Amino acid sequence: MERKRLLTRLWQFQNDFGYIPQVAIKELAEELRVSKIEIEGVISFYHFFHLKPTGKYIVYLNNSIISEFKGYSEVKASFEKETNCTFGEYQKPLFSLFETSCIGLSDQEPAALINFYPFTNLTPLKVKKIIEQLKNGENIVKIADNPSSKIQFKPEEDKTIFFRNYKLGESLKSLKNNTPDQLLKIISKSKLEGRGGAFFPTSTKWKYCKESSSLKKYIICNADEGEPGTFKDKALLNNLPGLVIEGMIIAGYITGATEGIIYIRAEYMYLINMIENTISKFYEKGLLGNDIYGIQDFNFSIEIQIGAGAYVCGAETALIESLEGKRGEPRIRKHFPTEYGYLGFSTVVNNVETFALAARIIELGPEFILNIGTKESKGTKLLSISGDVAKPGIYEIEWGITIKKIIELSQATSPNYIQISGPSGECINNTEFNRKICKEDLSCGGSIMIFNRYRSIVQILENFITFFMVESCGICTPCRAGNQIILDKIKKLKRGICTTKDLTDIKNWGKIMQQTSRCGLGTFSTNSFRMALDKFESYFNLKISKCDADCEIEFDMESAVFDYDQLIKTTQ
Amino acid sequence: MKNISFKIDGRNCTAEKGQNLIEAAKQNGIFIPTLCHFKHLNPLGSCRVCTVKQNGKTLAGCTINVDEGIDIEVNTPELLDTRKAILEMMFVEGNHFCPSCEKSGDCEMQNLGYETGIRYTRFPHLFVDRIVDARPERIVVNQNRCIKCKRCIEEIFTNDGYRVFNFTNRGNKTVVSVDYEQEAKLSEKQAEHAMHICPTGSILVKGKTFSKPFGDRQFDNSNSDKNISLHDIKKHKSTNKKKKRIATTSLAGCFGCHMSLLDIDLGILDIIELVEFNKSPLTDIKKFTKRCDIGLIEGGCCNTDNIEVLREFRKNCDILVSVGECAIWGGLPALRNTISLEDCLKEAYLNSITSEEGETVIPHHEDIPKILNKVYSNHEVVKIDYHIPGCPPNANHIWNVVKNILFDEEYSISYPDFKYD
Repeated sequence: MERKRLLTRLWQFQNDFGYIPQVAIKELAEELRVSKIEIEGVISFYHFFHLKPTGKYIVYLNNSIISEFKGYSEVKASFEKETNCTFGEYQKPLFSLFETSCIGLSDQEPAALINFYPFTNLTPLKVKKIIEQLKNGENIVKIADNPSSKIQFKPEEDKTIFFRNYKLGESLKSLKNNTPDQLLKIISKSKLEGRGGAFFPTSTKWKYCKESSSLKKYIICNADEGEPGTFKDKALLNNLPGLVIEGMIIAGYITGATEGIIYIRAEYMYLINMIENTISKFYEKGLLGNDIYGIQDFNFSIEIQIGAGAYVCGAETALIESLEGKRGEPRIRKHFPTEYGYLGFSTVVNNVETFALAARIIELGPEFILNIGTKESKGTKLLSISGDVAKPGIYEIEWGITIKKIIELSQATSPNYIQISGPSGECINNTEFNRKICKEDLSCGGSIMIFNRYRSIVQILENFITFFMVESCGICTPCRAGNQIILDKIKKLKRGICTTKDLTDIKNWGKIMQQTSRCGLGTFSTNSFRMALDKFESYFNLKISKCDADCEIEFDMESAVFDYDQLIKTTQ
Repeated sequence: MKNISFKIDGRNCTAEKGQNLIEAAKQNGIFIPTLCHFKHLNPLGSCRVCTVKQNGKTLAGCTINVDEGIDIEVNTPELLDTRKAILEMMFVEGNHFCPSCEKSGDCEMQNLGYETGIRYTRFPHLFVDRIVDARPERIVVNQNRCIKCKRCIEEIFTNDGYRVFNFTNRGNKTVVSVDYEQEAKLSEKQAEHAMHICPTGSILVKGKTFSKPFGDRQFDNSNSDKNISLHDIKKHKSTNKKKKRIATTSLAGCFGCHMSLLDIDLGILDIIELVEFNKSPLTDIKKFTKRCDIGLIEGGCCNTDNIEVLREFRKNCDILVSVGECAIWGGLPALRNTISLEDCLKEAYLNSITSEEGETVIPHHEDIPKILNKVYSNHEVVKIDYHIPGCPPNANHIWNVVKNILFDEEYSISYPDFKYD
């Protein structure tokens, strides 16, 4: 067996036994000629793999901030009550309950995956019913909910790029009459940039790969959409899987790569059948395989790799490590994947939306795209909008749209705190609603979470920092230790014993984390927090005692003796 | 290989093209601290202690290969502080009890703490409960001290090429775990190699930890240690008519620091010419009778009485100094901080071998102080002006610091005076 098959093999054991038993670890270690601890290291990195037996039904309840605000704790309590199990524990044969970070259903929260089937808009009552049905042996497929996100908005016909009519293979017709160079020029002309949030020029990336002398080349579609509040890639894969595949084929044609891999997060397991069917259709029509479209020696194949629950694998080098059957630790910033990528070969990693847009560019021509948007940001953008809005869902917007317009379209009520691009993005307050979504102003990776003025900002930030703490790969000090330290401060803030100095500490410490972390996770984890301290100054001032540098330290005697008092009460 | 020239902090340096920055800097006499970088190992970039700047961007120095004309910033005030902060993060994340560590004096991390001048940490200690794994054949892995530098993972292999260590889990739960089967195959020499490359006291070989005595270890600087001299005190006698007043107390400590205070032998005769003691166990004065210039605090706060005493000191002293590890961050009493108070007290009073069921209680009375949920460092409770690390700090060193504070003299503490153990 090759190491790169490891995740797939682990999934087989996980699915067959409900966990990965020691005998399996031994078997895999022997096959790969590595020590068992290396296999355990991989298993324990991904939170959907278990080392202890789980129940027949594994529940993963989303603990994102959207879920928290929509009734997460009641739903959680209800799961525990109805199944008579405790979250995070392995003991019962029928149910195992776990928390998980955002599962891409922010428009239908609280939501959970049960054996990876989606259950949305949960209430205690609904949970009760679901558990009853499962106990009665009803087919889980039949009682699961439809996870599709509603497409709430698209621009007028001549400005819609993604959600327009789709005919399978339409963009690929250009391959026959154009050389890779010509197509690259079109991509370059259209100013396509990576839609995962980094906005790296796609044509540059493809050009690096094209010019690489690597013996083999890979095109990887990053469908590990883990940024909380984001579900636009899910919508694309659900509605237009063919378009994404076409984008990958075009990338393959331009760069000379022959193999494509879709790395999809396990949270979207329910989409896999449909994607596989689409891939089969492409093979049937001769759009995948050998001599595609009769173009001699243009061979391209696509396979799917399922992740196993690790946010950090959305970072391209971590994703590559994961594909290689390793722990998803981001590589040090030394080489671009186009120089040294998957298995050491030149590799292009792009987001789902980037591939879909590439296909549309080839299909519609660059002028079509260039006429839409702002000077710096061309075309449209898919946004996943959630939170305190009447119409959560997918929005295809023209770059340059104002926050005000988004608030209007989504029918948000008393918006106060808006999180752009997820927890690792930035936050804005209600004086900034005239700002525009585009490169010149507010760049956006695809998630907008709107919170009304009744929502606790501290709770939002606590949720974010906890998320980063759990999802850090754990390899570098500032990210691993820093997030714990910041969380400690939040706890202090909640106890009401913070002073001005504590807020300054958070800013300074967050900056140190930003400067010294190994990858983007640690770099951006305190971003929103530091911004919020300035943007919601009056809010925070109410939570602290203001003082100069020489002030008295507040010590919370009450909570320091609480444990002792309780213990004396209970042991007498 | 071609030689190239580049700049560090404006200084011209030369090295082989492509050489690792840490090594290249070293050859040019510039020290960039690091804990994960290790000779031939690929840059690991895990500890981040070697953070430097290139073109205004912060980077891990170990991941830079030198090239013609590059310009690196290493020792700017900002970078010195950033690197110190990362070390401090390591100290607060683990449970580093130097006074009780077998590796003390041989520990690279401790040494860097001295080098960077860490007296106390700006961050709160996290006190996460971690295991000490003694199951392996030859080694003991003490997770309290592991900084996840990855050296052992990348360096220690069995003769047939199997890894002995690997990361398990993720996020703040990440640990370096041992493969017992493979570990058993290690030779004594290989196991000792693992111990030596570990930059902390996390990997220890059973029976080999004290082969070199304390005081003679590589970072001990033992000679100079004995020679800390008591700085001249007499010169102040004539100039200062009024005696300065000092108060001292021992909170959750062992009185060891007070012992050390008295350890200046005849020097005490000179000192009492300059200062007088107010509230202090040395004078047995129980209550402040006058305002004091300086208060020396030994020990941290483990009960409500400690808090009261400390607050009283703050009220009555112009300057407060935390003396010793316990005062600075809890020290040995803080060993209990990773365990809940309930478990501690139940173990001590209810479930101990000598206690009969139903016969013992956890002591409590309105006249006895309440035990706090954890041991707090003094600067978590009141503002502390200075910190003197050590367990205990050297007597002459304490007095030198006190004298210099009292008489407003500049005093930079040299490395050998610095001790955490």
